[in-house]
Amino acid sequence: MKVIKQISLFLENRSGQLLEITKLLSASGIDLKAVHIAETADYGIIRLITDDYEKACEILKENGYIISLNDVFAVGVSDKSGGLSELLTVMADYEINIVYMYSVFGQKHGTAYMVLRVDNAEMFAKMIEENNFITADSAELGIK
Amino acid sequence: MEKYYQKEFECASAEEMRAIQTERLVKQVKHVWDNVPHYRKKMEEKGVCPDDIKTLEDLSKLPFMTKADLRDCYPDGLLAVPKADCVRIHSTSGTTGKRVVAFYTQHDVDLWEDCCARALTAAGATNEDVCQVAYGYGLFTGGAGLHGGSHKIGSLTLPMSSGNTDRQLQFMTDLGSTVLCCTPSYAAYLAECINEKGIKDQIKLKAGIFGAEAWSESMRQSIQEDLGIKAYDIYGLTEISGPGVAFECCEQNGMHVNEDHFIPEIIDPETLEPLPLGTQGELVFTSITKEAFPLLRYRTRDICILNREKCSCGRTLVKMCKPMGRSDDMLIVKGVNVFPSQIETVLIEQGYQSNYQIIVDRKNNSDTLEVMVEMTQENFSDSLGKITEMEKSLVAALKAMLGIYAKVRLVAPKSIARSEGKAVRVIDKRKI
Repeated sequence: MKVIKQISLFLENRSGQLLEITKLLSASGIDLKAVHIAETADYGIIRLITDDYEKACEILKENGYIISLNDVFAVGVSDKSGGLSELLTVMADYEINIVYMYSVFGQKHGTAYMVLRVDNAEMFAKMIEENNFITADSAELGIK
Repeated sequence: MEKYYQKEFECASAEEMRAIQTERLVKQVKHVWDNVPHYRKKMEEKGVCPDDIKTLEDLSKLPFMTKADLRDCYPDGLLAVPKADCVRIHSTSGTTGKRVVAFYTQHDVDLWEDCCARALTAAGATNEDVCQVAYGYGLFTGGAGLHGGSHKIGSLTLPMSSGNTDRQLQFMTDLGSTVLCCTPSYAAYLAECINEKGIKDQIKLKAGIFGAEAWSESMRQSIQEDLGIKAYDIYGLTEISGPGVAFECCEQNGMHVNEDHFIPEIIDPETLEPLPLGTQGELVFTSITKEAFPLLRYRTRDICILNREKCSCGRTLVKMCKPMGRSDDMLIVKGVNVFPSQIETVLIEQGYQSNYQIIVDRKNNSDTLEVMVEMTQENFSDSLGKITEMEKSLVAALKAMLGIYAKVRLVAPKSIARSEGKAVRVIDKRKI
């Protein structure tokens, strides 16, 4: 089962907070492959996939950010109407819940990737295998 | 014509009051010495015994009692009579989460209710009145104290307790309440609701007794205008008995201390030396009539001034001004004592750092409490669900500790200003 490293950061809901991070990372030549925000009224969690997660973590920690590094799955779905439904239908059959999900575009034409955190990773891996889903590895998403 | 509940005490001459206080003080010191080992030890450490206390001037020889003594002796270490002689307890939150439990014999309940009856009488209440008690009932002393006082003067008592505003207003109109007892912020809220509903013409209130939290003269004016009543202040603390330690009369410019039961002193909180009348300092009480839980020289931490100028109401009881602040860091939020140390304890238990800020404000006449705390590496997760769960559990733990709701605001690490010296833990935005 191929996994992708995702960095999560705690951010307050104030203007300029996200900009500080993108500036910080771009100054070190880090490329963002995916950015996702989950927010409440007061704060948010920024989830990042970068081309060099080790370096990104180091820079963020040095600058006092609270981060969490997690393994997530990137599952390929066909980039057309109903593509995501196929995946979700199978997940429902396996009774796997999504903790969160967002999409990222791959380099292969015609495939979109859904980045997922699920409540039962073991079952999810089994599901991927039994149903021949494509999962992206780092290279596919342009990660070093 | 001014009415009194116990004229012989309320209007006693200076000599009479001195005689009453002296006799009761001498007896009380002996009672405490004989029955409370903790206090006896404190007296021995200070080299003073009951024989040294013969006049009111000797009061200053006695050691002070503080909230720390109450905490150390929790729950019943300061009890001066057998438990079998006690009929009730009341309780308040104390420092670092330990509560203060105050015990009452029937005699203690009676004298406390007498004090509340004096306050109600000074506010013009009689047996013809309908007294709506909208203070909380239960461990809090507010409800029980005014309830008992209202019974003593024979008013028809409505034991409403706090909250449930629609029901409050229904009883107020249906039963024609004439006297309202509650916190000033709740009185202001009730006034607002009455005006919104346009039912002011059905309200028969003439007076209100409002205490348990700080309120300003301008708030008094607006409550008086909005409800068409006279609004009286009342002072008290659970440790000494409850509401009614001091009460306002028709002059509405300070509260008469029931000094035949509670001798007030003003001290310098730094040097602990007694200060003369008219000087600002920390208020200290000695309860000279209570049997079960008699505190001698209890430091209230309230800063105020006493004065003995002649009062037009005819009462000779010494007057205290509204407390002007605290000599410790206690906050009173929604009538509840809140110590920053309690909040700190909860934060550390829940894995947060002790860097936090407490913001108290007053919105729509109701106090609000917000705790700003920095997110930590340990508590952080990539799942928003997990973080909101933690936030909920922190809110629940704070509620359990403080007894009131506090909003929690998670902020980024290092975003709460560190200070060089004493940290600014509390920002009180209330305009009182």
